[in-house]
Amino acid sequence: MERMQEVVGRARAAFNSGRCRSLEFRMQQLKALERMVQEKEEEILAAIKADLHKVGHNAYSHEILGVLGELALAMDKLPSWAAPQPVKKNLLTMRDEAYICLEPLGVVLIIGAWNYPFVLIMQPLIGAIAAGNAVVVKPSEISENTARMVADLLPQYLDRELYPVVTGGVPETTELLTQRFDHILYTGNSTVGKIVMAAAAKHLTPVTLELGGKSPCYIDKDCDLAVACRRITWGKYMNCGQTCIAPDYIICDPSIQSKVVENIKATLQEFYGEDVKSSPDYERIINKHHFRRVLGLLEGQKIAHGGEADEASCFIAPTILTDVSPESKVMEEEIFGPVLPILTVKSVDEAIEFINRREKPLALYVFSNNKKLIKRVISETSSGGVTGNDVIMHFFLSTLPFGGVGNSGMGAYHGKHSFETFSHRRSCLIKDLKMEGTNKLRYPPSSQKKVGWAKFFLLKRFNKGRIGLFILALLGIVAAVVIKVSFG
Amino acid sequence: NPYAGLVSHLRAAWLSGKTRPMEYRVAQLEALGRFLDEKKQDILEATASDMGKPSFEAYFTEILLCKNELNNTLNNLSHWMKDEHVDKNLVTQLDSAFIRKDPYGVVLIIAPWNYPIHLFLVPLIGAIAAGNCVVVKPSETTKNSERLIAEMLTCYLDNDCFAVVTAGVQETTRLLENKFDYIFFTGTTSVGRIVMTAAAKHLTPVTLELGGKNPCYVSDTCDVQNVARRVAWGRFFNAGQTCIAPDYVLCSVEMQEKLMPALREAITEFFGSNPQESPDFGRIMGDKQFRRIRALLCSGRVAIGGQTDEKERYIAPTVLADVLPSDPAMQEEIFGPILPIVVVANMDEAIDFINARPRPLAIYAFSCDSKGVNQVLERTSSGGFCGNDTLMHVTLTSLPFGGIGNSGLGKYHGKFTFDTFTHHRGCLHRNMGLEALNALRYPPYSQQKLGLLTATFEIKRKGMCTLL
Repeated sequence: MERMQEVVGRARAAFNSGRCRSLEFRMQQLKALERMVQEKEEEILAAIKADLHKVGHNAYSHEILGVLGELALAMDKLPSWAAPQPVKKNLLTMRDEAYICLEPLGVVLIIGAWNYPFVLIMQPLIGAIAAGNAVVVKPSEISENTARMVADLLPQYLDRELYPVVTGGVPETTELLTQRFDHILYTGNSTVGKIVMAAAAKHLTPVTLELGGKSPCYIDKDCDLAVACRRITWGKYMNCGQTCIAPDYIICDPSIQSKVVENIKATLQEFYGEDVKSSPDYERIINKHHFRRVLGLLEGQKIAHGGEADEASCFIAPTILTDVSPESKVMEEEIFGPVLPILTVKSVDEAIEFINRREKPLALYVFSNNKKLIKRVISETSSGGVTGNDVIMHFFLSTLPFGGVGNSGMGAYHGKHSFETFSHRRSCLIKDLKMEGTNKLRYPPSSQKKVGWAKFFLLKRFNKGRIGLFILALLGIVAAVVIKVSFG
Repeated sequence: NPYAGLVSHLRAAWLSGKTRPMEYRVAQLEALGRFLDEKKQDILEATASDMGKPSFEAYFTEILLCKNELNNTLNNLSHWMKDEHVDKNLVTQLDSAFIRKDPYGVVLIIAPWNYPIHLFLVPLIGAIAAGNCVVVKPSETTKNSERLIAEMLTCYLDNDCFAVVTAGVQETTRLLENKFDYIFFTGTTSVGRIVMTAAAKHLTPVTLELGGKNPCYVSDTCDVQNVARRVAWGRFFNAGQTCIAPDYVLCSVEMQEKLMPALREAITEFFGSNPQESPDFGRIMGDKQFRRIRALLCSGRVAIGGQTDEKERYIAPTVLADVLPSDPAMQEEIFGPILPIVVVANMDEAIDFINARPRPLAIYAFSCDSKGVNQVLERTSSGGFCGNDTLMHVTLTSLPFGGIGNSGLGKYHGKFTFDTFTHHRGCLHRNMGLEALNALRYPPYSQQKLGLLTATFEIKRKGMCTLL
């Protein structure tokens, strides 16, 4: 394994050569990525299946569909995203060019996670390439088949110096983090998030941290329980519960708790049949360590459904817990498994208070027929993102920024937000070297007259439309002449 | 933890929801406006006694520019606060999709001494506008301004939600042990690292407005007198103690020859024949800074100025010629009224010189040929850029102000300040009905379902037919 310093140094030299700055080059790389996803679909799906026991259709819709969508969007919009943005000028800068330039940051690092091992590398990578950066890619070693596949495939399609893949575990990642990057995007847990940010602080590297938390799901009494529970069941048990925005736990009125359980049970039957273990559509826990961790959360709990497990295949059945106490172990950490605790509260006030007493989650879900109630829950809580009357879905709309807040992370990406995350917005003001007249009012020696003019030029607010602008221009010219005469 | 009580008091106020209604934010911002109007004299006096700041400069930067930001914010606040609706895809056509502007909570603003009012007030305006509770930590170096700020905030703003902490280095370290929901820091690169490291412990997002050596390239084709005036103005404003001041000039040896008399003339025009007597030239902040800057004088040769007066902490507007990259003046951000000129053969050499160094907060390029200016812009990287002038890009509130690399991360001014202190929360509000459409995503999975799903989800390249 080559030393990290060399890999990063090569990427930096490649970036400094300037070849990834042209839009043509970036488009070419994005097209190559698209070809890779299309041509190597089988290899990609096979790797994901080996890591997560995920059936092809599911893996395709979770990990490949979204990637193809982001690629198409980036290639379509790149010219408009990368174009300089002119800004509104004031009286003082009326005759100047003022705009924001979108520039690459340099060499960025993307650290992926194991639960959606392909898309969580690809989606940031697309944004980073589109923004003109060199990218060091570090897939999660826990999803080892996908890591190997990414390390294998990317060099076959992309520029090898600009977009190297680094594999390895904790020691290799620690060494990688000692290098200087111009942005780091990390997906994972809060504990490691702090380590990444602390390492970034040494180089003043900006970071985007996509972390986790316990995403609450509030079910109001006034709602179509059958529909709500079907949607929740889908979001909770997909990928065997190993989704950063899965509804972690349910809060509802005690009077509907048993109906919720019944509805979820019915949906599970619909989705996975009588024998979940033999359903091809149900995934497995990633490894023994997490299997034991999740199983341990069931200790002392009232199991309303499920609970079966098989260590050999890392299988844990879809499980529902009722009357869960807020102090129990299952309510301490993000579950990241197919265990759904239900806690009861007497009112929406109690629910809001409960949510606010805890760390800010990555996602928040609320189900109700009452629009006002949904609005209230959203406005009185904080979370990375929200879906009302469904789960997960805000992730799939790329015009919404996807990211956390507080313990669930900082920064956001997806769609145009990825491009902006990996870009530097550089302010540019280009003035005329002539027309020194108006500058005189800012030069010493100062005088009360000059102060008056300064106020005029800076504070005058003109929002009156075209005629106002014309008068404004006229005033500007008059003012310039007067100043030249007074101070010239 | 000496500040735990204060922070939890503010957090309780935050949880009460007091700072969220627009009327509340407007009332607090208007109070800040009254402060600027009513305490104008006090501000001018405080900054004059703290660091000999000329009253025109103080009025322009500490009052006028702040009022500008305040007016801009008050005029646009309701628009900025609104939910931003976003384009939807096929699947979400019937849903409501928008970005909410949520405040972060309790935020911390740490300000430096060189523009002691402006550099806490402008971030504060954005933080209040965004609906946060704020702890302000003004610089302990400018004692009079610090006292003014501490006294003022309690009189004008709601004490439940806004507090001032007066603290030195030790106490600030203790303050940073607390959990804040955002930290906004303006200061040096080395302290920036300390702040970000402390923030990492709580996963607190930060904006760091730091510094660096801002290069100023002057091409051979330019109006020498105008260049000299604009560069001299930018360099000697606030006696050079400006984070975006042109730190050093890069030009050919012929241009250095031409610039010298032009600079001399500009300095005389501005400050008279003895700048020490001009009311428009400032002083250095503190003895430590004075001695540090004075030591930089032994770089190249003193072509203009060079006089110093320790009692007054006066350093004359100085231009150093033939400075070498190894000279003391080129080792650190000068932050004083000394302008070194480093000779380069041509623009390519100037660009290489700039790119071999940490990325600065600002880059300046002067040329009558717009292509020349654009070359420098395109081949370098910096927080911001101004062609054919100095400092002015930060007076336009529609341009984001911030650094890159060692010169900082994040940006503010105008709407960007509001956005800095806002969590942009993606929200999707779906329909409870039309459950049939969702069937495509549910198990049991099948090739057929996948085909239909693909058709509805995928973003197609324009002009491509998918029926095949």
